[in-house]
Amino acid sequence: MKKSVFYGTLAATAVLAGAASAQTTLETVQQRGELICGVSMGLAGFSAPDANGVWQGLDVAVCRAVAAAVLSDPMAVSFVPLTSQTRFSALASSEIDMLSRNTTWTYSRDTDLQLTFVGVTYYDGQGFMVPRELGVSSATELDGATVCIETGTTTELNLADFFRINGMSYEPVPVESNAEAQQQYLAGACDVYTTDASALAAVRAAFPEPGAHVILPEIVSKEPLGPVVRHGDDQWGDIVRWTLNALIAAEELGITSANIEELKAGTDNPEINRILGAEGDLGAMIGLDSEWAVRAISAGGNYGELFAANVGEQTPIGLARGLNAQWTQGGLLYAPPFR
Amino acid sequence: MSSTGDARMQSAAPKAAFKLSMLLYDQRYRSITIQIVFLFALMLGIAWLVDNTINNLRALGRDFSFAFLGNPAGYDINQRLIEYDSQMTHGRAALVGLLNTILLAIMACALATVLGIVAGVLRLSNNWIVARLMTIYVEIFRNIPTLVWIIIFGAIMSESMPAPSAFRGDDPSASMLLGDAVAMTNRGVYIPAILFDNNLGNLNLGVVSPSINWILVLLAILGGIFAHKRIVAHATAVQNATGERPKTWWKTIAVIAGPVVLLFIFFGAHLEYPELRGFNFQGGIHMRNSLIAMWLGLGIYTGAFVAEIVRSGILAISRGQSEAAAALGLQPGKTMRLVILPQALRVIIPPLISQYLNITKNTSLGLAVGYMDLRSTLGGITINQTGRELEGMLLMMAIYLIVSLTISSLMNVYNNRVKLKER
Amino acid sequence: MSDTQPISYVRDTMLGQQEPPATQRGVVKWLRENLFSNWLNSILTLAALVAIYLILTSVGPWLLNSIWDAESLRECRDILDGTPGACFAVITDRWHQLLFGFYPPEHYWRPVLALVLLLIALAPILFAELPRKMLYFSAVFPFIGYHLLWGGSVWFPISVFLGFVAGYIAFRALAKVSALVSVIGAVAATLVWWFFIAGPFDAAMYSVAPIGLEFVRSESFGGFLISLVIGVTGISLSLPLGILLALGRQSDMLFVKTVCVVFIEFIRGVPLITLLFTASLLLNYFLPPGTNFDLILRVIIMVTLFAAAYMAEVIRGGLAALPKGQYEAADALGLDYWKAQRLIIMPQALKISIPGIVNTFISLFKDTTLVVFIGLLDPLGLSNAIRADTAWTGIYWELFIFIGALFFIFCFSMSRYSMYLERKLKTDHR
Repeated sequence: MKKSVFYGTLAATAVLAGAASAQTTLETVQQRGELICGVSMGLAGFSAPDANGVWQGLDVAVCRAVAAAVLSDPMAVSFVPLTSQTRFSALASSEIDMLSRNTTWTYSRDTDLQLTFVGVTYYDGQGFMVPRELGVSSATELDGATVCIETGTTTELNLADFFRINGMSYEPVPVESNAEAQQQYLAGACDVYTTDASALAAVRAAFPEPGAHVILPEIVSKEPLGPVVRHGDDQWGDIVRWTLNALIAAEELGITSANIEELKAGTDNPEINRILGAEGDLGAMIGLDSEWAVRAISAGGNYGELFAANVGEQTPIGLARGLNAQWTQGGLLYAPPFR
Repeated sequence: MSSTGDARMQSAAPKAAFKLSMLLYDQRYRSITIQIVFLFALMLGIAWLVDNTINNLRALGRDFSFAFLGNPAGYDINQRLIEYDSQMTHGRAALVGLLNTILLAIMACALATVLGIVAGVLRLSNNWIVARLMTIYVEIFRNIPTLVWIIIFGAIMSESMPAPSAFRGDDPSASMLLGDAVAMTNRGVYIPAILFDNNLGNLNLGVVSPSINWILVLLAILGGIFAHKRIVAHATAVQNATGERPKTWWKTIAVIAGPVVLLFIFFGAHLEYPELRGFNFQGGIHMRNSLIAMWLGLGIYTGAFVAEIVRSGILAISRGQSEAAAALGLQPGKTMRLVILPQALRVIIPPLISQYLNITKNTSLGLAVGYMDLRSTLGGITINQTGRELEGMLLMMAIYLIVSLTISSLMNVYNNRVKLKER
Repeated sequence: MSDTQPISYVRDTMLGQQEPPATQRGVVKWLRENLFSNWLNSILTLAALVAIYLILTSVGPWLLNSIWDAESLRECRDILDGTPGACFAVITDRWHQLLFGFYPPEHYWRPVLALVLLLIALAPILFAELPRKMLYFSAVFPFIGYHLLWGGSVWFPISVFLGFVAGYIAFRALAKVSALVSVIGAVAATLVWWFFIAGPFDAAMYSVAPIGLEFVRSESFGGFLISLVIGVTGISLSLPLGILLALGRQSDMLFVKTVCVVFIEFIRGVPLITLLFTASLLLNYFLPPGTNFDLILRVIIMVTLFAAAYMAEVIRGGLAALPKGQYEAADALGLDYWKAQRLIIMPQALKISIPGIVNTFISLFKDTTLVVFIGLLDPLGLSNAIRADTAWTGIYWELFIFIGALFFIFCFSMSRYSMYLERKLKTDHR
């Protein structure tokens, strides 16, 4: 039916191949007029399409902020759903411009896989959820349990390590998707469901009886989740990194989507002025105009607003800020100075 | 080439009168020309692909090496036919996966064959309701993708079976079947395992170390089958000589079952029943949900195709054959066994081979229900953890190719044996 | 004995036919013959009845008690209030996604129209009774279909189509010189058009007359739309490739034959999923650095190669079924290889192969569900995405039933068609 696509594209690629490789990612994105962002195939609160097919979630919001900074339009994003298996090669092959898919920052991914993690959108850790009726209060009591895990993630490695260190045996039940894991766990096909604590909370919130399940206190790993770009294009890495930092710094400095219009006219605080382009020209240093951060923050609000809207305590997912509070509030969020 | 001249001249002529244009217009040279051009284009294409790959790998700062297979895997596999833990290598994990693939393929092929023959024959039966039911079975399963069926069977297993905790307490809501021997839970089915008191240890073959007891049992069975063949041959000889066929069934039972029973007694074989301990049942053989879902999904789905193959195989035998058999006074059962089936097999076997191949290839859908086959270990977690997609994928394709070619060549040998010998 | 003796009684009318015994008529006879003819049959019948009863009692209430109107699974559960019942509200809420993926709703008419036109284009191929003129539409349909689905400049498909026209003109113009030259000329003209003229022509025409439907990105494709696009494109592209492979496999040229055999056996020996992974993970390694095209297109290429190997085997079967006399007759007429293939062999072989081709298509269409493993949102992938939405977390039977039913309707009607063809083509009398 679509012969033409095939031939047409073959012809087109031959022409474009030379040109495409010479461009920077920023130029490519601006020329295309659209940011291509890799996201999860469906994880409530982080990225999932709603009934109208519009993607929603915290990971999605980061993509929109970058699109707003680079293209002045937070909706100019094309979302590519990726499995945990296809995500890195999609990025490596330039199929997507950035990956924002609850991806853990690890040594080998950063080095061997030639990726650049530009920051952390969510500090997570692997936790365990069990039905309350089991009467388990600690993960060290799980000897011999059946554990549901998502394959292709760092989770299964952490799990193997945790049980090995504690000299316990377990029965792994690998599942392919988050939705599948919930179904298995709810049906009782596994005693324990383990994944990032944020996802556990999201999952538990959607259960018919959330109170019947407890999340165990042990967090067995560090899972800093953040956006990823390719090695080798530092300018693009800087743009994504500082867009994220601008969102975080905005919360710290009290810049919200509500007051940003009034703040950008100029304030007493020089850092706010620098971020919002009223003073100096930070945008030019990363190849953008001076209002880039204003657009990024207006897209969905600062980090705190995004958190509250997508995964915060008012949402069905109901996550507390915890580690993801600002450093001034006892959390780990700490944007480097805009200077 | 000249049109005149005798044979001798003709054979000498081309050399003398060879012109370049003959490469295109002379039948004898044209095919060589085409082949050389084709070969050249093909080599050029392959060289282009290889060159691109080398360039791309260099641009990404990667190398092409299978060394990752020797690194510790770091992940656990639930169903392992050979010893494995998370500290063993990726290569070992791949082997565990491959064995799981083969186990599943054999189980599903057996189920599909049995179901297919039963359904294929019943579809032709004159029992109205059974024939209709079989038609419904065949049509429903054939026309819905196997992946959907696998997922549905996975959901049925985990949703409709009781959890192990339902077996607990004074008044449990679920109970074990067959006198506490079999437990059907939503984590899989637990069946008794055969254990030996006198263990002769394991035979160390390097990569795998099978139990010597089981090897001996297997040898005993093979020996029994060989003896059975001799007995049947002897019976046929007697029948040819005297017209009376001696009864052989009890001899067959004796030579096949006898040694096995003796070995079992000698080894002190006993059954180990599954028992509810801690979170789960322990002991016995645990057939996991993933295995059962894949087994049923592939087996029942492919069984529908096998049923069609069997049915058309039987229908392909001309009516005259069964009429001739009836005229000879053969009973319907014997007609089926001696006249119809041997001929139908010739029609049935070739498509059956491709169904077996399909099953083997479809085992790669295991990830959908978390079955740890080759594709989930080597082609899934290993590739994911090491980022060696090029090497991993090529290796996996090579392994599947070898498995497929082995199956098809084995089945072709069998096919040649049952084929009608035309003289 | 005298023949004058008066006859005491002569029946002058026939007795009415007597009713057969109760066991030999009506329902009872039917039951006896069809259900209880012997003890084995009786057992089977009873077992079947028990099975039907069990299925009906377990599934029946659940299906009858279904909810079609609710906003979320929780609402469904509230309405059902503990009684078993299906929550098909998820279908009413999300059917458009299961069918079209994220295709813009205001453009749903485009894929629907494309499907209708596809059926019209297929009709003359599938039913020999229809006028042959309709084949012209079938030839043009790929371009119409492409434009309807993807949109963009209308001049793009037209300029690609003109490439074929250029090839045809070159073929006719050079046909007098020599068959080989004309084929080479046709290929060259087409390629030259595509590589050097098509682009500027497209751009120039678009700047003069910017006609075209709104462009829809491949990423928006999903659901059954993606299954159909991949399946139909794969099968139609694989047909010519499959014919070439089948001819290559039967060729006398040892080298060509070997390559074709190796290719066919390789593709048939590895699972489709490894080829799909090659499309999504590895194709970028094999192509020049910086090359990057659409995942759907890459999948279509791989699916085409996959289907071509199976197609080659189907067509080889068709070729083998032709009596040798046909080949000899073609030789006797002095036709060269391609003319013999085109005029005598292929029309017959393809006709015999149509049921096989349809069956290949059915299995390919079912296999399109595997694209979920590489992250395309086919119906199964969308079911995962829907279940990830907090409103519908925990629902599955209803989605599987809907997906299964749609596949069933499609594949069942195709298989009926292929059986109809088989009956029509069957010429032996038994």
